[in-house]
Amino acid sequence: MSSLPGLFERTRAEGRAALIGYLPAGFPTVEGAIDAMLAMVEGGVDAIEVGLPYSDPLLDGPTIQAAVDRALQSGANTGDVLDTVRAVARTGVPTMVMSYWNPIERFGVDRFAHELSEAGGSGVITADITPEEAGAWLTASEREGLDRIFLVAPSSSDQRVALTTAAASGFVYAAAVMGVTGARDQVAPAARQLVERTRAQTTLPICVGLGVSSGSQAAEIAQFADGVIVGSAFVRALLEAESPADGIDRVRSLAAELRAGVETQGGPR
Amino acid sequence: MSIDSHSQAAPSAGYDADSTGHWGRFGGRFVPEALVAALDELTAAFEQARTDPDFIATLAHLQRTYTGRPSPITDAARLAEHAGGARILLKREDLNHTGSHKINNVLGQALLTQRMGKTRVIAETGAGQHGVATATACALLGLECTVYMGAEDTRRQALNVARMKLLGAEVVAVQTGSQTLKDAINDAMRDWVTNVDRTHYILGTVTGPHPFPTMVRDFQRVIGDEARQQVLDLTGGLPDAVVACVGGGSNAMGIFTAFLDDSDVRLYGFEAGGDGVETGRHAARMAGGSPGVLHGTRTYVMQDEMGQTVPSHSISAGLDYPGVGPQHAWLHETGRATYAPVTDAEAMAAFELVCRTEGIIPAIESAHAVAGALQVGRDLGPDAVLLVNLSGRGDKDVETAASWFGIATEEGGA
Repeated sequence: MSSLPGLFERTRAEGRAALIGYLPAGFPTVEGAIDAMLAMVEGGVDAIEVGLPYSDPLLDGPTIQAAVDRALQSGANTGDVLDTVRAVARTGVPTMVMSYWNPIERFGVDRFAHELSEAGGSGVITADITPEEAGAWLTASEREGLDRIFLVAPSSSDQRVALTTAAASGFVYAAAVMGVTGARDQVAPAARQLVERTRAQTTLPICVGLGVSSGSQAAEIAQFADGVIVGSAFVRALLEAESPADGIDRVRSLAAELRAGVETQGGPR
Repeated sequence: MSIDSHSQAAPSAGYDADSTGHWGRFGGRFVPEALVAALDELTAAFEQARTDPDFIATLAHLQRTYTGRPSPITDAARLAEHAGGARILLKREDLNHTGSHKINNVLGQALLTQRMGKTRVIAETGAGQHGVATATACALLGLECTVYMGAEDTRRQALNVARMKLLGAEVVAVQTGSQTLKDAINDAMRDWVTNVDRTHYILGTVTGPHPFPTMVRDFQRVIGDEARQQVLDLTGGLPDAVVACVGGGSNAMGIFTAFLDDSDVRLYGFEAGGDGVETGRHAARMAGGSPGVLHGTRTYVMQDEMGQTVPSHSISAGLDYPGVGPQHAWLHETGRATYAPVTDAEAMAAFELVCRTEGIIPAIESAHAVAGALQVGRDLGPDAVLLVNLSGRGDKDVETAASWFGIATEEGGA
């Protein structure tokens, strides 16, 4: 089943957290990115975020910036993102787009929603809009049956968590730390507190991202969240690869390590 | 350059953004959720400060005793001979401490930083004027200061990098993207979202997420408030036109704001035309861009058909930015102000003219306004009175100008 609600129903039944993996489309090439995402699925990733490369990614740290710059230099565009979604969604895992707002607005919000839906996409994670600015997207996603994943942050007031979760569907993306994407050594205590505060406002699944890179961190987060989101660590695996085949191997084994992590501790109580 | 001077509609009442920072479809807050709390805190602090007599008095005292306000008006008679005889009144923001209008905004925001109990300031800078002004205010008020500057710009503006360091600021050379102003803003935003609990981001122009466009405009409106009275005192009437250059647009909003409700006063904003809008190498967002979202606001943006930001180009680093303040986008759309490009060559011709006729070396940014004013003067005729914002001085541009005009600088070791 390729819907997000279906995924979380299943992972809850299995007593574990879901594993969500991110890679930008078009890095190192359009085909190379698709191959890497398929390897993530083989390794045990439950849902894929396809990053839409953007020239000014102000929520991303150096690792993802480097990958996205290379994707843009080699000409990756929004059409390639949709093709990537189509190829990954065929595997049956929920496939989302993670994007900054301007490329979607420029493509046309309605057109983007329609083509994403046709490609088999599940929804969009919007990095730089909050529900207040998302009017056109709320309408289009409703019409196309797409999930809209908004972020909550440690700095979000309870009132804002309520506003954001009320507009969200699929799951809520809880940013584990104040900052940009990129691997960090430890899981911040703020992550657990934010999940608890969010849990008080919504019945939607809550997934934690930003800074998660290892199986042990995934295991720690799986104790209190419904899902673990990993991005920069997968990108780094590709950046450090000695060959395309090596990159695929690294991505697959990282996925397996993280999957073991989300399975060790059981799901949220 | 060509100016359509018949496009200015009568103003509708009110030029302020709505309570969420929108001017029509422009403006707003397109930011990661993590920054919303800081923007709410800033909005509240600013709303409180702007009506607090203590804050107003402290800022006014600094403007008078530190910046050197009010800045004078110079009646540029010899320059006017080249503008069809129209009277040209220069608002001398170049005479401010640190050399441009940037200090007006920085002092206001640095005082706000203290009010919010924050101890660290970050800023972006292109040419270095806003960075120098921010480093200055931080030295004055005892705030820690980090300035983000594109690596390309740190090479082009080494003197301003040294100034900032002398003033005690840390300067971070930004190596990402195009290594220019837009990338410096990206990195400043990344720092802010990471360190927001003790850090205020002093954005240098009238763009970015709400409340920045409104707040920066209000700290800059002193330019127009002073100038309106100065022109009335000098001429007995209002000017026929107010002219400014527009990068992000803070000096222009600063001088326009006092005249928005004077429907007989024409407002002109001149953007960087670079090599010419038709070449694609320019920073003319109104003529060569389209509505989009950049750096937290919806405005006119230079972008490709996929919504990727296209690098801008100008001989003037201060105008070399692919976005523009959202209120300018609104004034453009409503027709209240007229925007037109000025090429590098036109700006440098005006630069030389101001040097030779008035004994003022202007910033190349401000030379764009002068070039536009020469055309506006010829269009409006010899009876017209033009108020031109001379937003900064050209010390920082001497090397660029010497190179442009082929002046040998070998003996100076440059």
